[in-house]
Amino acid sequence: MVQNRSLIDESGKRSDGRIIDELREVKINVGIIKNADGSALIEFGKNKIIAAVYGPREVHPKHMALSDRCVIRCRYHMSPFSTDTRKSPAPSRRETEISKVIREALEPAVMLEDYPRAAIDIFIEVLQADGGSRCAGITAASVALADAGINMRDMVSACAAGKVDDKIVIDINDTEDKEGGADMPVAYMSNLKEITLLQLDGELNPTEFNTCLEEAIRGCLKVYEIQRSSLMEKYFGNEKGLKE
Amino acid sequence: MSLSKKSTIIVENLRKKQMRESISAGKRLDERSLDEIRPLQIEIDVIKKANGSAWVKLGKTQVIAGVKVETGEPFEGLENSGAMIITAEVLPIASPHIEPGPPDEETIELARVVDRGVRESEMLDLSKLVLVPGKIVYTIFVDCSIINVDGNLFDATSYAVVSALASCKLPIFEIKDDKVVETGKTQEPPITTIPVSITTVKIGDYLLLDPNTEEEACMDARLTITTNSKGSIVAMQKGLKGYFTVDEVKGIADKARIKGEEIRVKLEGLIKVGK
Repeated sequence: MVQNRSLIDESGKRSDGRIIDELREVKINVGIIKNADGSALIEFGKNKIIAAVYGPREVHPKHMALSDRCVIRCRYHMSPFSTDTRKSPAPSRRETEISKVIREALEPAVMLEDYPRAAIDIFIEVLQADGGSRCAGITAASVALADAGINMRDMVSACAAGKVDDKIVIDINDTEDKEGGADMPVAYMSNLKEITLLQLDGELNPTEFNTCLEEAIRGCLKVYEIQRSSLMEKYFGNEKGLKE
Repeated sequence: MSLSKKSTIIVENLRKKQMRESISAGKRLDERSLDEIRPLQIEIDVIKKANGSAWVKLGKTQVIAGVKVETGEPFEGLENSGAMIITAEVLPIASPHIEPGPPDEETIELARVVDRGVRESEMLDLSKLVLVPGKIVYTIFVDCSIINVDGNLFDATSYAVVSALASCKLPIFEIKDDKVVETGKTQEPPITTIPVSITTVKIGDYLLLDPNTEEEACMDARLTITTNSKGSIVAMQKGLKGYFTVDEVKGIADKARIKGEEIRVKLEGLIKVGK
């Protein structure tokens, strides 16, 4: 964490021209993988991530099945060409951890007990990474789960907040993540008001901590609106959800 | 691929009910209050072959950490700082439920969360551990062996790493004829702060600190928060399929700061005595 240049200029603009509480441009395209039961392509700034959901389906091997609820299997994977230096296609320790925290972020939203003995597979493929890929991955996977018609308690929306040049900003990009002070990814269920993913690296004092958490959640609420309208658009033909 | 699985530890329904009743009355089954941490014992310099070591007992959980210092190439993108690598392994001696084999996702998460706490606190000033800028730096390995499992491996392992690092002696290296030679002398490590990890778990609507195995088998969610000597939060990790509300997170963060300071006083006292 070396702060060798200013990441926010005098007018309050960040390195990519955004203001402190502005999200990068987000586009969600629902149902782009025809073979999957549900899918979504998310473009979150320069992130390009596909989430595909298969299931509920039979569990193989069978002994993995749970008698009272379904098994969620989650794989977060980065394509070798997704980063500046080529990433080995073998799963890294980072990807193993992220797969786990993403699964745990999505599980509270899925009505697991509706699908006993079954499996729901969530595949998240990062085609182009730009910081905040776990948040974008969760956001896309949540849309893909809804697209697959899985019974859910709420939509999971994710956004990071962090400290850049001693200011709390939302939706940290790659440069800010590498050079900034702190990064706090949060996943949130907006209607239930429940936090399902929470991580932090970097130093925050008690006041900054509370602001950062609140700002991240405000970011999640913005992401939620985008998720909602993307689903509305696919199923009802327009953002408002009204058939014309 | 990460998948949801059954807990390997089975707690009977009757026992679970007993636990919930007991917790709602403010007392845990092992007589602790909800925010009480089990007795913490730390012995340093237990492994003489290591540059630093610590044997931590947190209740019945036991972890040994050993520091080994070598020289090597810096990490890509971090050419002017020493390298630090923290690993953790739950040994098959530690519990009847552990089998030998490559680390599973829980062990990988454990090592990464402990590493994150120590790294993000900048406990070791890695910029002081450079021999030839961009070419040769100190490489500090902190390897942890979990030898008995009774819950809260995150905190126990973190205390072991911090104690071993803070009490280690770094060998002094020199460059002679383009080769690295050990001088045989040692120096104090460049310690800037003492990070302390505090793990809170949620069972029903109740929050408990320092869970044991039985409590972990019943928990819905877990939150590990690491604070530094200034009382700032430097790292955090939520785990499991439960959730937290915003107010719960803020409360847990305050508690982590207060309890963290108590542990820090203990660690600092011990490290001074060791020197």
